[in-house]
Order: sequence, then C-alpha cells, then structure tokens
Amino acid sequence: MLRYIVRRLLQLIPTLLGLSVILFIWLHRLPGGPETAILGERGTDETRAKLRHDLGLDEPLWIQYFRFMRRMITGNLGTSISTHRPVVTEFAERFPGTVELTVSALIIAIGLGIPLGYLAARRRGSIVDHGSVAGSLLGICVPIFVLAYLVKEVFAVKLGWFPAAGRQDVTIDATRVTNFYVLDGMLTGEWDAAADALKHLVLPAFTLATIPLAIIIRMTRASVLEVLGEDYVRTAEAKGLTERVVRRRHVLRNALLPIVTTIGLLTGGLLSGAVLTETVYSFTGIGQFIAESIDRRDYPVLMGFIMFVAVIYVTVNLLVDISYGLIDPRVRVR
Amino acid sequence: MALLEVEDLGVTFRGDREVRAVDGVSFTVDAGEVTGLVGESGCGKSVTSLALIGLLPKQNTRRVRVDGRALFDGLDLLRADTRTLRDIRGREIAMIFQDPLSSLNPVVPIGVQVAEVLVRHRGVSKAEAQRRAAQLLDRVGIPDPNRRLKEYPHQLSGGMRQRALIAMAVACRPRLLIADEPTTALDVTIQAQILELLKELVREDGTAMIMITHDLGVVAGLCDRVNVLYAGRVVESAARRPLFAEPVHPYTIGLLNSIPRLDAGQGARLTPIRGSVRDVLPWSQGCAFAPRCDRAVEECLAGPPEITGDPHSFRCVNPGVGVDLEEVR
Ligand SMILES: Nc1ncnc2c1ncn2[C@@H]1O[C@H](COP(=O)(O)OP(=O)(O)OP(=O)(O)O)[C@@H](O)[C@H]1O
Ligand SMILES: [Mg+2]
Repeated sequence: MLRYIVRRLLQLIPTLLGLSVILFIWLHRLPGGPETAILGERGTDETRAKLRHDLGLDEPLWIQYFRFMRRMITGNLGTSISTHRPVVTEFAERFPGTVELTVSALIIAIGLGIPLGYLAARRRGSIVDHGSVAGSLLGICVPIFVLAYLVKEVFAVKLGWFPAAGRQDVTIDATRVTNFYVLDGMLTGEWDAAADALKHLVLPAFTLATIPLAIIIRMTRASVLEVLGEDYVRTAEAKGLTERVVRRRHVLRNALLPIVTTIGLLTGGLLSGAVLTETVYSFTGIGQFIAESIDRRDYPVLMGFIMFVAVIYVTVNLLVDISYGLIDPRVRVR
Repeated sequence: MALLEVEDLGVTFRGDREVRAVDGVSFTVDAGEVTGLVGESGCGKSVTSLALIGLLPKQNTRRVRVDGRALFDGLDLLRADTRTLRDIRGREIAMIFQDPLSSLNPVVPIGVQVAEVLVRHRGVSKAEAQRRAAQLLDRVGIPDPNRRLKEYPHQLSGGMRQRALIAMAVACRPRLLIADEPTTALDVTIQAQILELLKELVREDGTAMIMITHDLGVVAGLCDRVNVLYAGRVVESAARRPLFAEPVHPYTIGLLNSIPRLDAGQGARLTPIRGSVRDVLPWSQGCAFAPRCDRAVEECLAGPPEITGDPHSFRCVNPGVGVDLEEVR
C-alpha cells in the first residue's frame, strides 16, 4: 500500500510539470500585461517598456519559466506585482477562508447526501424518495449565485438568524494562528470566536454545498439501488443480520465506490463555486483576490494559484484512489 | 412431527400484469429429513423458498402478495414480523444459494462473513467468532482455514466459495437448511463433493433440509421425500423409492425418462419432454402440463385437477402406469 502511494506521488511530478508549462505559456500570451494595469492610460511606450524590463517580462519566455520554476522549488512563489507582498503571504492569509468554506461544504454534502440517498433507495417510491429526487434536481438547476442571494436575503436579512457577511464579527478580537478562524478559536481556547466564525460559515457553506449535495444524493441513491439487488445482500439478509450490519457492511461498503469517485470529481467545481459564494457573502477567501489578479495580469499570483489548485485537485484524486484500494480488495491486487 | 408445514402457499407478483409464480404449493418437512423440490427452470422453486423466509423482493407490499400458511414449529412464517424473522433466519432456518460468487460480498473477508452470523445469533465476541469460523471452514473441508479467513471471495475457487457459504449456513446449527440449487453453478466433479458434504453435515447435526433442484439425479442420492413442481404447483409427492420406482404423473415420468441411466444399456435413447415450460395453461383452465402431455385427455381441460392420494399423491386425471391405482386411492 505504501509503495502504491509513493508511486502515485511520483507520477504527480510529470503531470504538474506539464501543467505548469502549458499554463505559463498560455497566461503570458494573453493580450495585455501587468504594466497596463499599473500605469493605466497614462503610461508612455517608454515607461511601459521600462516597467516590463524591471519586472523581467522582456526576457525570453523560457528564461522566465526557468526562473519561476527555480523559485518554486524552494517554495518561493515570488512577489505579487500589484500588492508587492510575497505571494506565499497573500495565500496564507486568504486561502484558509476558502479551504474552510470548501471543507465545510463538503462535510455537509457528504454528511447529508449519503444518508438521504440511502434512505431514498431503501424506501424507493416513498415520500423521502420523491422528495430527495425532486429536491436534488432543483439543487442542480438553480445557479449558485442566485441561490446565494436568495439564501442570504431570507436567512440573514429577513430572519436575521445568521450573519450576512464576513468570516467573523469585527468586534471580536481573535488571536490568529493558522488563519482558519474556527480552528484558531479552538486552538487558543477562544470558544466564542470559534462559535462566531462557525456561525458566519453556515449560510455560505450550505449554499456552496447545494450542488454537491444534490449530486451525492442522486449518486448514492442509484448506487445503493443497484447494490440492494445484488445476491450478497440477499445472503446477508438470509443470515438474519441486523439492519445496521446489512447497511454498513454489505450495502454501503459496496455502494461507496462510485460515490467516492464522484466526490473526487466534485472538488474542482467546489473551488470555483467557492469563489462565487465568497463574493456574495463578502467572505474573505482567495476568490476576490484572484479575480483582481486576473485583471492585473499578476503572473506570480496566478501561477501560484493554478499550481496550488492543481496540487489540491491531484491530491484529492490520489485520496480517492487510495480509498478505492481500502474499500475494494480487488483494486489492491492490481 | 412436521417441522415445517407449508399449506397452499401462493405468490403473486403484481407488475404490469399479474404473475402467479407459486400457486397453492403444499408440502411438509419432518425434523431431520431431506425433502426435495424438483422442477424445471421457472416453475417457482426459488420463489417458494424465498417466500418462506420472507426474502422475496418487496414481500408484504402491494407489489407481491403471499398467501397460504407456512408453520415452522407452530409459527406461521408468512405472518411473522420482521424482527422475529431476522431472529429465525440464519439461526433456525439457513439458506444456501445457487451462485456462490455473486452470493458472497466481494469487499468483505470470508472470515468476517462467516463470523458475523455467530456474532449475531450466538452473541460471541469477534475474536471468538473468528476462532469458530476457522473451525467451521475446516469442517466444510476448506484447507488452511486460518489463511482463508483473511481472504476475499475472488481469491477462492468456485467450490471453495460454495463451501464457505455452507459454513455460514450451518454455523448456528439451524433446524432447517434450504439449499436452492447449490451445485448448479459448479463443475460436475465439485457438484458431487458438495452434495456429499451437505449430506454429511445434515446427518451429523440432525438438520432437516429442503433441497431445491432441477436435477432428479441429485434427488436420488439425497432426498427422503420428493415434491415435483410444475408451473407453481406440486404435481406429485412421494417418498424417494416409490417416486423413482412407480412415478405416476406424466411430468415426473417425463423427467425420469430424460435423465441418463447407467442401467439402460447401450443404444437406449433419452426421451426429452416435448415443448417447453413456456407452453403452460393457466391452472384455472385445466392441467398446466396438458399442452405438453402425451396422455392428455379431454378431461384435463375441464378444470384444475385435484391432488389425490396419500402418502404418494399426484395431481392428474389420467395418471401414468407404473403404479397400482387402486392401492393409491
Ligand atoms: N420479482 C419477480 N417479479 C415477477 N415475476 C417473478 C419475480 N421473481 C420470479 N418471478 C417469476 O416467478 C416464476 C418462478 O421463478 P423462480 O425463480 O422461482 O423459478 P425457479 O424454479 O427457481 O427456476 P430456476 O431453476 O431457473 O432457478 C418465474 O416464471 C418468474 O418469471
Ligand atoms: Mg431458482
């Protein structure tokens, strides 16, 4: 198993290398450059050229690429062209918000989706079933920003149950350790700060969870329905096993394989959904920063972001493969 | 005394059109006795056995109607609630299915699948259950049981998988074992071994067994009593000897003539039953076998024939030769 994981990790290197080359070229070939954003209309051709030279943008692309790679290997993502701060620092401040949001959404989607999908399959044709199927269809159809505004309008503005914006109340003076606000509160024992951060997470997380939740419900339902028809489930029932053992050991364990794959595929969409959700809830994650960086052609920030997302995506899919091996012995053998 | 008394068991599937898969089946199983249920594919053998332990898909819903009675030690299985049935299944009544590969969970080690029955019904710890599971695997003739416990179904041969399923079924020493074509999916040489194993196990434990098969050869070596099913009804029922020596129903006779016999001598030809199971008449209009029957007479279409005779009973208005009818009636 360990050898399998190491081999998979080594396979990542060429993937990431290839990705970085393609995206580097593509990004730098986009019309316009950071000098336009910085100098605006005021810049003369001369000042533009000087700025490009200062930023090292006038050198051949492959030299720029090698410089970028050399920096990256040492963990240095360079300095943002627009904020003049190290990209790593910018990310350390903003990524935790996005990750917090994404992970919460994923927990909600999995925690509700699998039980609901299972129930829908087990009580096929019942109200639970029809409700889940119709609800999940709705969840997939409604665009996420429309839903985000609706949810905010109702639960934050009208009912006032949850805060409408931000990651934490400004009046709270919380100690920052990791920039994961909930985690920080728990680490430092500032429980009210953690609770407040959690409260701020509820609406955006549920909003972001809607689409993955809908997909997981449908996937679980279909997968469980298939497994319920299998002979080994009948064998388990014929042994008089309790409902709980049949469900866990015989139905869900087999039904989980396609669900795990789906969850892996959902992560990519979840990150882009997070950017939209952050905008609506003024949730300070990476989203807005990236949008601005695209406008400014802030190459170091964008390259760093792309590589980071790629690593997350590839890691998640590695985790998916590993859990495959854990769930199904037939995969392990190969 | 009868351990299981099935009376007028009927199963109706209500899909787009009603299918009466089992239509008034009655038979009894005495304690420690092996009873055969024999018939061609689709005659309702599996449906009968699944109905008994409440495992038909959607049993007791609007989609599937089960009627009749099935008294197991005085308890009507067809009306027992789910909890009672869960307690009985695996402990009092165990079942072995036809396809050993698909009947085993592919992602759970064999040992766990055997041990879980013991944990459930005997309340032993997991470690103790594993220990007993190893003994059970040994008992059903799986070599190196301690290694096999940790293996998964795909690592076992077909015969060994069926042995593992048998180990699960006999784990709690049930009083009744239902074996639904346990050898159909196996090689011929393995078939004989598995039948021998089953025979030995039920004799040692005093377990009664319902052996479901389409193969009269299996019945001949194993069963004390035989029920021949056709289109969802018992058409002939007798102890093994009289059934083989003096079959009465033309269908039974047909089945017997269509199996190869060692004593038939060279050149003797097999005579298959003509037509196929699809050529059935609904029982309400007469004998379902009439369209395929050589001895059919007009009276066969007058209505469903009654079952007559005891202990050698049959459902036929123009029974075949080979039996002294006066004596039977
Ligand atoms: N779920 C179901 N819905 C509708 N009809 C069914 C269902 N299950 C079985 N049947 C019907 O019931 C009849 C009896 O089926 P059963 O499986 O008991 O046959 P069998 O005697 O076990 O045959 P085989 O030797 O092939 O196993 C068949 O004609 C089949 O079409
Ligand atoms: Mg069958």
